[in-house]
Formats: sequence, C-alpha cells, structure tokens
Amino acid sequence: MLRGKVFKFGDNISTDHIIPGRYAHLRSNLPELAKHVMEDADPTFAGRVRQGDFIVAGNNFGLGSSREHAPLVIKMAGVSAILAKSAARIFFRNAINLGLPILVCDTDKISDGDELEIDFQAGAIRDVTNGRMLTFGRIPEIMLRILDEGGLLPYLKKYGDLSL
Amino acid sequence: MGKTLAEKILSVKSNTDARSGDIVIAQVDLVFLQDTTGPLTVRQFQAAGFKKPAASLKAVLFFDHAAPSPAREMADDHAFLRQFAAESGSQAVAVGEGVCHQIVAESLARPGDLVIGADSHTVMAGGLGAFACGMGSTDVAVALGLGKTWLRVPESVRIKLSGRFPAQVYAKDLILHLIGHLGADGATYKSLEFGGDGLADMAIPERLTVANMAIEAGAKAGLFPSDGATADYLAANGRADDYQPLAPDADATYERTIPVGLGQLEPVVARPHTVDNIVPARELKGMKIQQVFIGTCTNGRLEDIAIAAGILKGKRVNHGTRLLVAPASRGILLSALRAGHIQTLVEAGAILLPPGCGPCLGLHQGVLGAGESCLSTANRNFKGRMGHPDAFVYLGSPATAAATALTGEITDPREVI
Repeated sequence: MLRGKVFKFGDNISTDHIIPGRYAHLRSNLPELAKHVMEDADPTFAGRVRQGDFIVAGNNFGLGSSREHAPLVIKMAGVSAILAKSAARIFFRNAINLGLPILVCDTDKISDGDELEIDFQAGAIRDVTNGRMLTFGRIPEIMLRILDEGGLLPYLKKYGDLSL
Repeated sequence: MGKTLAEKILSVKSNTDARSGDIVIAQVDLVFLQDTTGPLTVRQFQAAGFKKPAASLKAVLFFDHAAPSPAREMADDHAFLRQFAAESGSQAVAVGEGVCHQIVAESLARPGDLVIGADSHTVMAGGLGAFACGMGSTDVAVALGLGKTWLRVPESVRIKLSGRFPAQVYAKDLILHLIGHLGADGATYKSLEFGGDGLADMAIPERLTVANMAIEAGAKAGLFPSDGATADYLAANGRADDYQPLAPDADATYERTIPVGLGQLEPVVARPHTVDNIVPARELKGMKIQQVFIGTCTNGRLEDIAIAAGILKGKRVNHGTRLLVAPASRGILLSALRAGHIQTLVEAGAILLPPGCGPCLGLHQGVLGAGESCLSTANRNFKGRMGHPDAFVYLGSPATAAATALTGEITDPREVI
C-alpha cells in the first residue's frame, strides 16, 4: 500500500519538462541533476515533494527523449508512483525498468494536494481527500514481473534471462 | 492472413508468427549509444554484470549530442565512453563525424534489421526498412548484453501517399502535417507504415526525415518498404550488398489507413510548445525570428543544405537574425563543400557548425535566451528544449528556414522564390 500527496500536472509533460537537455552535463552527477526535477513544469516541485508523494498528470506523460534520467530523477525525488491518463511508450518502459510504478487511469477527478492510497494487490486507487475510488489499466505480464522485482536489472539478476 | 512490415520483420527476428498485440523476444542486429544517454547505459550494463556486448550484434558508440564537449563534465563522460568502447571492443564514432542516426543510415542499418538505440530518434532507420526503436538506458544495456530485447508487436497505421509534392513543399511538411492530424500521442505504441504511389516521389533522404519524426506522434516505429530507392541509396553508400527488398503483404491488416495527397500539402510550421501544433507557414507572417537553425538528424542532409543554398544564393541573411547550419555528417559536409553550398551559405551570412546535433537540445552552439524565438529544422519544440524555458521554438522545412532567415520573420518559402 502506498500513501502520499498529489502533485498535479497537465497534458504533454515532456522529458524536457522533467529534466531539460541543458543539464545533460550533470547526468553523471545524479544528486546534482535531481535538484532540477520537473523544473520547467513547476520550479517549486523539487523543494516541496516528499518521500512517497505522487505525480498525477493528464495525457501523454513523458513524451520526447529516451533519457532514462527523467524517471530516474522522479524516483530519486521520492515519488512512489506516477498516475496519468496516458503515457509515452519509452518513458513508460523506462519507469518500469527502474521499478517506478506508472499507472494509467482517469486522473480528471484527482486534484493537486489530494491524499491518495494505492493498493496494488487490489488494483485500486482511493482518493482519501474526496472519497473517490479509481481503477487502473492492466500492465503486461512481463512488465508486472519486472516491476515486482524492483526493475529490469534485479529481474535479470533473479531470472538470468528475458522470458515471456 | 498477410502481415504488415512490423509483423514481417519481428516474425523473422523472434522466429515466431508474430502478430500485432503479441509480445516477442527478438534478436537485435545493431545497438547504439550516444554521449548523453550512453554513460548511464554503460553503468547499467556493468551493474548487470555484462563485460562485452553480445557477439551476435554490432555495438556502436557515438559522440554527437555534446560534441565537441561544451563542459568539463561532458568531456569526462566522453572519456568514460571512449574507455568503454576500447575495453568492450565496440566501435566508437568520433566527435565531428556527425549525428548517430545519420551515420546509422549511411553505413550501418540494413533493410529488415532490428535496431535498438539509446535515443528516441532511432526510428529514423525505418526510412530504410529497418525496425528501429529508441529505448532508455537500462533496456539498451540489456539488449547490448543479451543480444535480444522484448517487444510488443505494434498495431500498424498505414499512411497511403499519393501524388507529388508541389514546389517548395517537402517531406518535412508532410510529416508535420501528419503529426498535426494524428496528435502528439496519436500513434503511441503503434507503427506508422508508409506506402502508396506517392513513395515514387520520395528518395531515401526524404523518407529518413519522415521516419525520424514518427516518434513525435508517439510511434514505436516509422517504416518504409525497401525498394529501388533503398537499393540506390545503399549502393551510393558503398553498401549494395546490404539491400534486400521488403514490402508489406497486400492483405495485411492495419488499424486504420490515412490517405495523404502530397499535391494538397503546403509549407507548414509547428508552433511552441508541442510538435502537433501545426499551422500553415503563411499564417505566421510577421512573427520575428532571432535564430534560424538548419541541421539535425531530421534535416541536416545534403539535399536540405542544397535547398537552403538555392534560396540564399547571392542574398543576405536578415540583420536581426542569425543563421546556424550544421551538416548531419562529415560526409554531408564534404559533399556540400564540393558542391559550393557551404560557400554560398557562409557568403549569405550563415554560421557553420560542426557535424553533430548542434543546438537542437539546448546544450551548446546556439542556446536560446528568454523571449527569443528560433525557427529550426529539428524535430522538437518542447518548452525549454533549446535553452531558456521562456524561449520559443518553431519547426519547419529547410526551405521555410532559409526563407525565414532571409526576411527575419516566419516566411512561406513560396514568397521568396
């Protein structure tokens, strides 16, 4: 069970919003890079986010570059899951590969600052602030197994190979 | 039942009867990294316990996104990647050789290949009939070590092209028009597959421009058949033996078909801050532009530079505008020099940048300040993409870019010819 506060964003939050290319020189210095998380979407985010909080967004979250540093700095900021109406393909895979849950659900009724509870076993999201229950879309089996192990590298360590 | 190009290639690579919706494990032919995503890829590769790339594939490292290095941290990353290339026996393509995707097209990708790159514009090799897909560092690291990756076989959207491009309308206008129609997530998880008699009007450089931007509609791949144009291109690059014909089956199943009449297109521009924000260039008349950039994997080829030189020959870039030109590869730079295009552009006031990504991703060589606007031939115009988050990036064809450099405001190229 995850519990945390919502930081709400709109549609088409690109990997440049999440971690702009102008900080590419910091990519081998992750603690320094992570200070700029979500900077071009909300410059106050890095200072306000707390361990366990959620990013909740609209359509096409994470579009653009393949840079895995985008989900990586979000994870480093303490975010425990991303909820979006839809997500870009590469970002979605990258998040799962890092063990960062990304759930596709109708986020319209979730407001900035709401408290959420996510129960992965039950497949349910509860908005504690407004009392609404939400469900999230199915993740392919292979991705669930990767997520269960905490990411692709731990998965590979355990199973030794990719398997369907 | 027939197969799409995606189903055909992934069937061969997974040794299964692959159909859209299936999840397959497929053998990878080429894996490549670049200098901004490469260091994390190498660290993940090492963390997974791999020492050398799988013997079954070709592994290549490129130095293009921040090259020559604009910062000491990047120089350290370059040194780290060079050391890895030497230790692992991977090929390193040095600073100044050009953009990874262009070199992949010129000398590495073959029709029918499965190509995985640590860069979203890896899709560009689809212009040659390769199933080419961008992935993040961990996926690329695992593909590099195992020689294979897992993929969901995408549904395909058929783009049926007919007719011929009107004067001053180019492949860039086609793909921008299509992204405007589909939306920035209109093809997420899908393969865009191009066909129809309009293909006869598109040589490989134009197909590469179109395939390059398939990702801007969210697509996993942008695929062209491999035909006579592909054979000509490979032969011209000394790779005639890499050719194999490849076409979808006539009875393949598509999620939908979108017909596009090339003759009905006009010069268009993507406005800030999303690539699907498309408008005819003529409607932006009067919009002042401080920087014009011609280059990148999308539009830094010889044909693009020739179009710009044709428009700017004997003229001067507007005094309020700077024009930056970056050929996509050393080979292109040399050809453009021999053809006199570089002389023409520099005489017109252009600033020549080394082969590479240039200012496309806001790292160096033309970083925008607050309130500045750039008309670029690149593929992205996201907020903050080229520098300051309060700068504005417009995307257009090389013809639109050259016309804009001439007038200092966004200009339909048909007005200056």
